[in-house]
Amino acid sequence: MINHSRRRTLAAFAIATAGALVFAGCAGEAPEETEESGPVTLTITANAITGGKNAAEADWITDWVIPEFEAAMEEDGKDVTVEFEPQGVDDENYKTKIALDLQSGEGADIIGMDGIWVGEFAEAGYIKPLSEVGGDAVDDWEGWEQIPEAVQAALSFDDARYGVPQGADGRVLYFNKDLFEQAGLPADWQPESWDDVLDAARELKKLDGVTPIQLNAGTAMGEATTMQGLLPMLVGTGEQVYEEEQWVGDTDGLNDVLDLYKTIYVDEGLGDAVLQQEAAGRDTSFQLFASNQIGILLEGDYFWRSVINPAEGVGTAPMANRDEVVGYTKIPAMEPGSGINGQNFVSMSGGTGRVLNPNSDHPEVAWELLAFMNSADAYEARNAGTLAITPRTDVNDEMLADDPMLTYVSEEVLPITAYRPPLAAYPQVSTALQQATLDVVSGMSVADAASAYADAVKDIAGDDAVSGG
Amino acid sequence: MTTGTTTAPAGSAIAPRRRRADDVAGLGTARAGLFVAPALIIIGLFLLFPAVWTIWLGMTDYRLTGLQAASPEFVGFDNYTDALTDPSFWNSLWLTLIFVLFSGIIGQTLIGFALAWSVRNIHGWAKALIEGLVLAAWVIPASVASFLWLVLLDRRSGTVNGLLGTEGTAWLIDHPMESIIVFNIWVGTAFSMQLFSSALSAVPPSQIESAKMVGASGWQQLRDVIVPNIKGHILTNTLLITLWTFNTFTPYLVTAGGPNGKTEILSVYIYETAIPGGQLGLGAAISLIMLLINLVIALGYVRVSRGRKKR
Repeated sequence: MINHSRRRTLAAFAIATAGALVFAGCAGEAPEETEESGPVTLTITANAITGGKNAAEADWITDWVIPEFEAAMEEDGKDVTVEFEPQGVDDENYKTKIALDLQSGEGADIIGMDGIWVGEFAEAGYIKPLSEVGGDAVDDWEGWEQIPEAVQAALSFDDARYGVPQGADGRVLYFNKDLFEQAGLPADWQPESWDDVLDAARELKKLDGVTPIQLNAGTAMGEATTMQGLLPMLVGTGEQVYEEEQWVGDTDGLNDVLDLYKTIYVDEGLGDAVLQQEAAGRDTSFQLFASNQIGILLEGDYFWRSVINPAEGVGTAPMANRDEVVGYTKIPAMEPGSGINGQNFVSMSGGTGRVLNPNSDHPEVAWELLAFMNSADAYEARNAGTLAITPRTDVNDEMLADDPMLTYVSEEVLPITAYRPPLAAYPQVSTALQQATLDVVSGMSVADAASAYADAVKDIAGDDAVSGG
Repeated sequence: MTTGTTTAPAGSAIAPRRRRADDVAGLGTARAGLFVAPALIIIGLFLLFPAVWTIWLGMTDYRLTGLQAASPEFVGFDNYTDALTDPSFWNSLWLTLIFVLFSGIIGQTLIGFALAWSVRNIHGWAKALIEGLVLAAWVIPASVASFLWLVLLDRRSGTVNGLLGTEGTAWLIDHPMESIIVFNIWVGTAFSMQLFSSALSAVPPSQIESAKMVGASGWQQLRDVIVPNIKGHILTNTLLITLWTFNTFTPYLVTAGGPNGKTEILSVYIYETAIPGGQLGLGAAISLIMLLINLVIALGYVRVSRGRKKR
């Protein structure tokens, strides 16, 4: 039996609960303190995590950026705390996460992202031009003079800077010199055409337990397939994924590339088609290369400086004898001179960088931190861990000489490289290209795969915006 | 053998009821409303609002990024016609039906019953061991179980290949659907087993004894005594398993819908469309179609169970 006072208590409890729920809903929207004198907390996020993916970057942020920046701010009499939110997942998952964060008005103050996402994020209104977020200090920054226009373009969209690039990269063919020696191939290998590559792979096929070549294919690997597989081959045929306001469709070049995939995976079994369909295929290909089971692998310099880097705690598939065993060489065009601009050799480059979150409560301090992360001192500290090609000319001139591989990329590859179009539709076209390679690798004819691809791109961009038949 | 001592409290409990015959709890309409308000708010917030929002989303071209994220346009039923004319949707639905039939209805129900049937006369540690093992599969979090299965089925150093001597077989690539069917049976059979165990223990022993007396074989006992007794349980179990299996997302952790969409059951298809594919509007539309299919399944079972009760 419920007596009167007990009933009143229950009613009060019910009101309180309902009230609490309503207020809980509102609390998040309370206006934030804009006064900068009080303590400020900033957060940085990147797809990097200690002991895992991009470990060197994660360590640099926690061990150098945060303490140094906090100390510098303290000298200025500001109480700033910086937190790092590490991630260590597939790039596609990371992209989804930050898109959802930004969409809901949340997210870290400084967000690391692939340059190719800038277009679609900007169109969605998730990110805004840097000077709009960070104020006048952005355009006055000394760093812009040190970063070449082409590199800045990687984090730009519609002629506006959306972020600060954190590096440039290039793609090469890696090969295992031990396996080459066993197969009677030269250690200073430099193929001149696709046929040269295939011939070497045919020799490697005679070795036991070795996959001769792995050319990234399929949707499981996401953008890695496009960037470290299809696109470098496509530019080798003289075509680009986007030129003269048209996306590549069912063209001769695309058919040639898909034919190459068919030769490697279906006709001659030079590559492991199953590996390309496995959910963790890319990581497995790293492991296999590191354990001398893959002869030739097309990857970016990230593979050298991060994945197989023997330095303590840096690589996810470290090779103790990397410098002796791993060779690298420029990617040949289909035939000498058949590449874009009549080139003999080709490559693709991308860039990652960091953007400011427009939802930041302290955008000006966040910009100070971002500028600090891109100072010459910061890159020098970053390169003390593992060397990477930085966006800053002053730092590169001084530091790259220490690493022959990165010097090679910077001097030989970057001058001949090509970039993906900074358009919002690109990621969708890229997915369609990945599907085309998967179709071929899993047995569809080249003609069918190419026409299915062209139909998909017409759906995305409209009939007029696609070249080829 | 009841004593008269219970009459006094019973009488006092009736007293308020007599005073307000129209209001059992004695709270009054306003207070009663307040009392259920928290529940209504929660239901509205977490059930009604998302449902209405899904319907609205399904009629826009909303995307995760790009221009359509900033200003989605109303496209009416385009998403529904797109989905229903897309072969990959029908392929996904077909895969889902195969998955439900083999892993849910046939696998979990039959194996669950078989396990319950075979341990019904065992007692002591042996029964505890068998039940414990089956339950363990159910209790382990799906994410952990999926890792376990990835290791078991690994192409290069997987346990299954080691045991069967089939080195180099990529189970998840060559037999993806079979793999997730077995995986799902492994994950979910415990529920059916437990449900049937309790159902079997409720079958009157006298009926079984009578059947034995007249010389019925094990099969005849099962058909004529056990099944009629536990029909209701079978129906409930099948309904639950069907809906769970239809909606489960766990196989994604094993195959990620691959290779090339061969295990893209509806839940995975919606996820792939909406989140990595970025087409939130289309994803919402397919979600609603999936919800309707769920409703049809549930109604179908309700009809069957009603028909059963009438007889």
